[in-house]
Amino acid sequence: MLTHTFKPDQPPPRTSVGIVAWLRANLFSGWFNTLLTLFALYLVWLLLPPLLNWAVLDADWQGSTRADCSGEGACWVFIKARFGQFMYGFYPPELRWRVDLTVLLAIVGAAPLFVRRMPRKAAYGLAFLLVYPLLAFWLLHGGLGLTPVPTSRWGGLMLTLVIAAVGIAGALPLGVLLALGRRSKMPAIKVLCVTFIEFWRGVPLITVLFMSSVMLPLFLPEQVTIDKLLRALIGVILFQSAYVAEVVRGGLQAIPKGQYEAAAAMGLGYWRTMGLVILPQAMKLVIPGLVNTFIALFKDTSLVIIIGLFDLLNSIKQATSDPAWLGMATEGYVFAALVFWIFCFGMSRYSQRLERRLDTGHKR
Amino acid sequence: MKMAKTTLAVLGTAVLLGASAMAQAGATLDSVKKKGYLQCGISDGLPGFSYADEKGNYLGIDVDVCRAVAAALFGDASKVKYSPLTAKERFTALQSGEVDVLSRNSTWTSSRDAAMGLNFVGVTYYDGQGFLVNKKLGVKSAKELDGATVCIQAGTTTELNLADYFRANGLKYTPITYDTSDESAKSLESGRCDVLTSDQSQLYAQRIKLAAPDEYVVLPEVISKEPLAPAVRQGDEEWFDIVRWSLFALINAEELGVTSKNVEETAKTTKNPDIGRLLGTEGEFGKDLKLPKDWVVQIVKQVGNYGEVFDRNVGAGSPLKIERGLNALWNKGGLQYAPPVR
Repeated sequence: MLTHTFKPDQPPPRTSVGIVAWLRANLFSGWFNTLLTLFALYLVWLLLPPLLNWAVLDADWQGSTRADCSGEGACWVFIKARFGQFMYGFYPPELRWRVDLTVLLAIVGAAPLFVRRMPRKAAYGLAFLLVYPLLAFWLLHGGLGLTPVPTSRWGGLMLTLVIAAVGIAGALPLGVLLALGRRSKMPAIKVLCVTFIEFWRGVPLITVLFMSSVMLPLFLPEQVTIDKLLRALIGVILFQSAYVAEVVRGGLQAIPKGQYEAAAAMGLGYWRTMGLVILPQAMKLVIPGLVNTFIALFKDTSLVIIIGLFDLLNSIKQATSDPAWLGMATEGYVFAALVFWIFCFGMSRYSQRLERRLDTGHKR
Repeated sequence: MKMAKTTLAVLGTAVLLGASAMAQAGATLDSVKKKGYLQCGISDGLPGFSYADEKGNYLGIDVDVCRAVAAALFGDASKVKYSPLTAKERFTALQSGEVDVLSRNSTWTSSRDAAMGLNFVGVTYYDGQGFLVNKKLGVKSAKELDGATVCIQAGTTTELNLADYFRANGLKYTPITYDTSDESAKSLESGRCDVLTSDQSQLYAQRIKLAAPDEYVVLPEVISKEPLAPAVRQGDEEWFDIVRWSLFALINAEELGVTSKNVEETAKTTKNPDIGRLLGTEGEFGKDLKLPKDWVVQIVKQVGNYGEVFDRNVGAGSPLKIERGLNALWNKGGLQYAPPVR
């Protein structure tokens, strides 16, 4: 009997697998790309050593005062000494556990929402959205048995997160309603929504904040003062909801007419059509746009500097005006950039995961 | 619903009245006493004047003025709440009643005093625009700065003062404008400009930011008058007097040699009638101001006298090491002079 034995396969040429192949395909494919790669390497060689020297090798990490810094590299002692303030602002140190607990509750409370097959997920999510804000407000602001901490003592990363979170949580539902209103067949609602959106999109956020903090008090009677943070939050929500509305409207327009007609044929009314058929599809489409808006909002929170609220950036600026720490601006701003980047990058990664999970094969 | 209507009505009226709402005499003192604390407007961070330490306590000359008022009113300098204000917000915050005292390195000028509905109580710090140069330049006076490149911070009167001074002296210069003090300090360091101009009190802070502070020197010339003064709302004379005399008490205490260390002892043993009147052991001068008898004792005990406040925040006892100069007492060659308590 004749048996045919196959010869073992030859390994692929060394230049088409492994690191070499990757380098050839990605960095050195053709003379132009080779040139670009070499130029980029030259830039890295030029910039990296001084940066490393400054940020790591010559940097000072140990100690607690300015005198512990040699002045040759970065003085991370400054960040260390002021870390508490950068995170919590002027929140009383003995009460900072409340802020930690608020964040912990958010993580623990939201975790079940990320479990794919949780029973009654919608009901739990709704309950969480209703209960958590109240709980968070109670923990952060105090009262009802907890020592009150006025918002003027809030600051640092905590304030940045509060503004961003409240801004997002408030702007999203309002924005969806505005988007629906703008496409409504009822003229009064439509005009109202269009006016609202165009007004808030037409003014820069910085003027909104400025008006809320400088002009509004002039119109109120002397003894009536609305909390400065609250004024800023309302401004941010109204401003951001206009942007969210336009993003969501883009999604609504992408849904084919057949979907509306199919829903009508099933006998669904307006709210059910929207809630069960249109919005779930539209919202999925606009995830990139929404996340874009939210990342922009997160970064825009630093504009509250002009109304004297101490968010992360302003806390750092304030700390650099302490005579004991003059001249630490570079270290402070590098730290701020790092923190902002971590959060924005995190949001962007999460949105990509969300897109993949909700993908139902419509994408090309 | 009714409540909403009332609120609307109140809002409407308020809009109509607008900024014309004026403080009523005595209203501020009553409301401060009722609240139990003083609401004080300070800057959002200015070395030596108002800034926060690691623990979040506010420090600085401007802060100490508010602490002095609280000590006089309540016998407790810690009964102050601070509102950090930006330069744009500060006067509105005072006019709208958000703060009771504005102690925020504000220059006392006629237009602010007359047109903005506020009153300046007295000068806490005589400042003025000066120059910071590298010693290598060998410049001893601002008059030798012909043809220099000057770093300025944008959006302040600094630019105008500079233009006036150079024109008046027939000198040429090239201005480079920066947005923040950190940028202008770096620019001076890298040699992009020869000289940096700003208020003198801030030049000392700028100098510390440089890698080698000893190589730079602040020139003696002062080219503008910047008397920094706390302000209160116009129309409430009683409150105005309290804040004004709290400041005068600081200066008088220094003049009479009363310090935070010896004040209690002095109050008991003094034979000097001036000191006796100041510290409330002779006469009833606190009562006229609606303040407790020992108001000055409380101020000096908890805050110190003007000299101590100066030293601790910007003078020899601080990293800034600013000399007393114009801010020395009148009998020591400076301008600080307070009317007597009697």
